[in-house]
Amino acid sequence: MSSIIRASKLGYDYYRYTDENEEPELNRAIDQVSLDVKEGQFIAVLGHNGSGKSTLAKHINALLVPTEGTMWVDSIDTAQEEELWKVRQKAGMVFQNPDNQIIGTVVEEDVGFGPENMGIPTDDIWKRVDESLAAVGMLSYRKHSPNKLSGGQKQRVAIAGVVAMHPKCIILDEPTAMLDPNGRKEVLKTIRELNEQEGVTVILITHYMEEVTLADYVYVMDSGKIVMGGTPREIFSQVDTLKSYRLDVPQVTLLAHELKQEGVDIPDGILTIDELVNALC
Amino acid sequence: MLRDITIGQYYPADSIIHKLDPRVKFIATLLYLISLFLFHTYIGYILATVFLVVIIKLSKVPFRFIVKGMKAIVFILLITVVFNIFLTPGKVLAQWWIFKVTQEGLIQAGRMAIRLSYLIIGSSVMTLTTTPNQLTDGLERIMNPLKKIKVPVHEIAMMMSIALRFIPILMEETDKIMKAQIARGADFESGNLIKKVKSMVPLLVPLFISAFRRANDLAMAMEARCYHGGDNRTQMKPLVYKRQDFVAYAVVLCYFAASIGMCVIGW
Repeated sequence: MSSIIRASKLGYDYYRYTDENEEPELNRAIDQVSLDVKEGQFIAVLGHNGSGKSTLAKHINALLVPTEGTMWVDSIDTAQEEELWKVRQKAGMVFQNPDNQIIGTVVEEDVGFGPENMGIPTDDIWKRVDESLAAVGMLSYRKHSPNKLSGGQKQRVAIAGVVAMHPKCIILDEPTAMLDPNGRKEVLKTIRELNEQEGVTVILITHYMEEVTLADYVYVMDSGKIVMGGTPREIFSQVDTLKSYRLDVPQVTLLAHELKQEGVDIPDGILTIDELVNALC
Repeated sequence: MLRDITIGQYYPADSIIHKLDPRVKFIATLLYLISLFLFHTYIGYILATVFLVVIIKLSKVPFRFIVKGMKAIVFILLITVVFNIFLTPGKVLAQWWIFKVTQEGLIQAGRMAIRLSYLIIGSSVMTLTTTPNQLTDGLERIMNPLKKIKVPVHEIAMMMSIALRFIPILMEETDKIMKAQIARGADFESGNLIKKVKSMVPLLVPLFISAFRRANDLAMAMEARCYHGGDNRTQMKPLVYKRQDFVAYAVVLCYFAASIGMCVIGW
């Protein structure tokens, strides 16, 4: 498997303007970040607010260019300006607020927006729109106005809009943060299906621990650095370390951890209720 | 109150009017609006009414949906009617202090009321049956010759379509902010006009901040989806005239010719 996204010692500085007369404060959003994502993987990036995870996401899509280090998307250096549109086509991005990323006034027109920008011939645009709406299960809503959809449905339309550009990799920046539990389930199911059935590489950025249990590999970020990396099981077996990064583990894992500390003989890193039931009975 | 304005809100339906080329609809609306100001007598207005009713029937948009959009202009309509009734000189029918109601005034007021409401209904029919995207596509194509004198036609069209998309969202947001402030004791209802306007300030500030934030997010989302202006851009629904469009042009031109004719003979 070839690697699709590779980052080496990424650093990004920005100025924070506090007051008009004061000197701007230099801030480092991410620092010494190295990543290697293989094609077809499901990667999760965890971190609490302000840990730099969104900044990292914007680097993959070339919305930001690193101050230090290099980011390669499908072997293209994102700092090369002439390759910008190629990078953005290969690495599609879904944002947090569903309202602020839907451009079209009808679902199908919005999904067609990306292919239109890429200069795809009209017939192919329609084919892509049909395929991607089917892939997210929104085909029956194609003529609807996005304003009348639920949050989860809007987010699925946004995902379809990215899928229609035929990206190799989709980055989702807290796609479920503004959704209710049902919408969250819908969106996660869609993401997983895309990964499993279409083989799209997925990078899910989130602070919900439950969402990362499905990932192949998890990175944990804190104050701009990658502080942990491993399979969900490896990560969740270190409950105390996670707590020090102000992250909560899923409730089942926490229960298993507490039981273990009280002397019950169960393995580390329990992720689902079924696993705990099996370990206990 | 804020939700009632239907301009910019598409009503999805499967009708002949919906399928027409937006350029046809745009030019037809323009001609219809001009025709409204050509008529002098009720015969002309009958023609305009029949034309409008037929179009609405064909468009399959429920009539009450269109009327809902009228509520927003009732105030303007009333002012126009009142001014016309009292301020048109002519044969006095009734007099009270300095106010005179004249026959000409009544006729003029009726005429203005009909013109204004048809004007709104006519353009509502266009916006209800055309998605804003199609509408801006149509405008873009109509204005295309202006590109030669360096008018950023594509950019203007894109701005318009985004503005239209965000009208309902910002309306909802205004409603939400208003309710949040009413819940904390703000008063938007009582007081004179100046006081009312002043009470809108704390409403506008958060609305503007949120609009800017949305604009920022949207610009980023558009860039992430490879938007880079109008160059090398293809269209999902390119505008091509079909037979029905030529028929529609013919019908509209007949109507317009008839109204000019009526204007000339003074109907």
